[in-house]
Amino acid sequence: MARRINLSRFVPYFFLIIPLLIYLIWVIGPTIYTFYLSLTDWDGLSQPHFIGFQNYEKLFRDPVFYISLKNNIKWLISFITIPVVAGLALAMALSRSIPGERFFKAGFYSPMVLSLVVSGLIWSWMYHPANGLINSVLRSVGLDFLAKGWLSDKNLVIWAIIVVAIWRQVGYVMVLYLAGLAGINPALIDASKIDGCNAWNTFRHVILPLLTPVTVIVVVISIIDSLRAFDLVSVMTRGGPYNSSSVLANFMYIEAFNNYKMGYGAAISVVLFLISLVFILFYLTRVLQDELEY
Amino acid sequence: MSVKKTFLSPWRSLLFFVILLATLVWLLPFVSAILTSMRSNDDIITRGFLALPRQISFNSYKVAWTRGGLSHYLPNSFIITIPSLVLTLILSSLSAYALARFRFRGNRLFLYMYVGGMMLPFQVLLLPVFRLTDALGLYDTYWGLIAFHTAFQLGFCTFLLRNYMRTVPGEILEAARIDGCSELRIWAQIMMPLTLPAIAALATLEFTWIFNDYLLAIVLLRTDALKPVTAGLATLQGQYVTDWTVIVAGALLATIPTVLVFLFLQRYFIEGLTLGTGK
Repeated sequence: MARRINLSRFVPYFFLIIPLLIYLIWVIGPTIYTFYLSLTDWDGLSQPHFIGFQNYEKLFRDPVFYISLKNNIKWLISFITIPVVAGLALAMALSRSIPGERFFKAGFYSPMVLSLVVSGLIWSWMYHPANGLINSVLRSVGLDFLAKGWLSDKNLVIWAIIVVAIWRQVGYVMVLYLAGLAGINPALIDASKIDGCNAWNTFRHVILPLLTPVTVIVVVISIIDSLRAFDLVSVMTRGGPYNSSSVLANFMYIEAFNNYKMGYGAAISVVLFLISLVFILFYLTRVLQDELEY
Repeated sequence: MSVKKTFLSPWRSLLFFVILLATLVWLLPFVSAILTSMRSNDDIITRGFLALPRQISFNSYKVAWTRGGLSHYLPNSFIITIPSLVLTLILSSLSAYALARFRFRGNRLFLYMYVGGMMLPFQVLLLPVFRLTDALGLYDTYWGLIAFHTAFQLGFCTFLLRNYMRTVPGEILEAARIDGCSELRIWAQIMMPLTLPAIAALATLEFTWIFNDYLLAIVLLRTDALKPVTAGLATLQGQYVTDWTVIVAGALLATIPTVLVFLFLQRYFIEGLTLGTGK
């Protein structure tokens, strides 16, 4: 009997061992190893040599780093505002029975099915200066002065790319809020109406607070996604013109795989990691709170 | 939600038309792409985007499929996606079972590791994984890519399946244990069937994610013949720089598998997206 109990203590480890080993080798280990690589002069071919903090000293003097960081911040701020508000508004509108609601929902989440590469290509063509849909339409209605080189103007380009990201994100947020709304007890809303709340007050003081858990997840997902931004930039501009649309991930990729400065690339990764760590820890403490409730 | 049968009051009709308009604007990129893919490049350049096409042709699709290489890029995507998907679902359901139903030292730590890892911008792992893949002799092979997809998706899948498995009533498992059922059999014959709805939702979502990956493919593969369709499209774009009809036709062809998954498994896809929030 005593032996049986002893053996059963190992049962969870028996289930965990293989996935956990794979996870440690491919995900957790590399995360830590990035820190080491960032302190070396690794070029991807020869052995890395330890060079201390030289990569970081160089990084903090590199103008492209600051352009990339600013672009990530622009991306992040756009992402936690526009898609969240638009997605919530759509979810509110489509959660009541409106004719054709299935078509509307499908319309908004259809961009999510496309890969970022495909989205980037399709939009690059929409943005095409001479024959793209956007400029063609602007010219045909006499708004020629608005027809720009969307991806070649260094003040516009990052916004033009963010628009594509938002185009994909709105449907995602809408789906999450629709699920959140479906989980709200209708009795609460009826009660607020009986108490004399108008539609806005019901939304502001009953629905919105009840949706807080969804909002937290939406915001965390949006932040993480904005830090992951790579594919669209890579396909649409490769960070150009003159690095004006560079983001950290793209900057890292170019330094590491085009310029063979892998140690330098690792230093950029570490910065990216430290920024995301703030949000990961925030989220983990939320999970911890939820877990302690029962 | 209280359903009021005010049938299209003025305010609601306005709302209806605003949403209709927004949806149509949302679909414009698709319209632009489909119209473009069925015309010839000369026709667009000489007569403009908004002109009625002189003739409709599917030649761009043919060029993208054959000379553009989609005929081998697309199968590659499946060769990479399917094993990654199967492996990650099996492995994560194993670890999810351990984390969901057993109290043991390290449970909390491992869970946090999975959740933390799932939120990581995976670009952070790129250089060490590149080095690891190379050291294992898996650089420029399907398996190098499959191994990473499997490992990286473990975090998200384990987290979601664990939460789902916690909702299974303990009495069922207890009854099986009393009947002398081994833990492995409980996992395979009781837990897995009960978790199937979550696995279906997760599979749909993960299929799209792995299929749509681009960055890892360009980092871990070099040979053109091995590239999945996302990386292939980037090559195609470089090849047909100015011939947008071919690029756009290729992009549309590349989308067919995920669109099919979405059309037929839409319910699961949406469930998958919301699995993480609904607890």
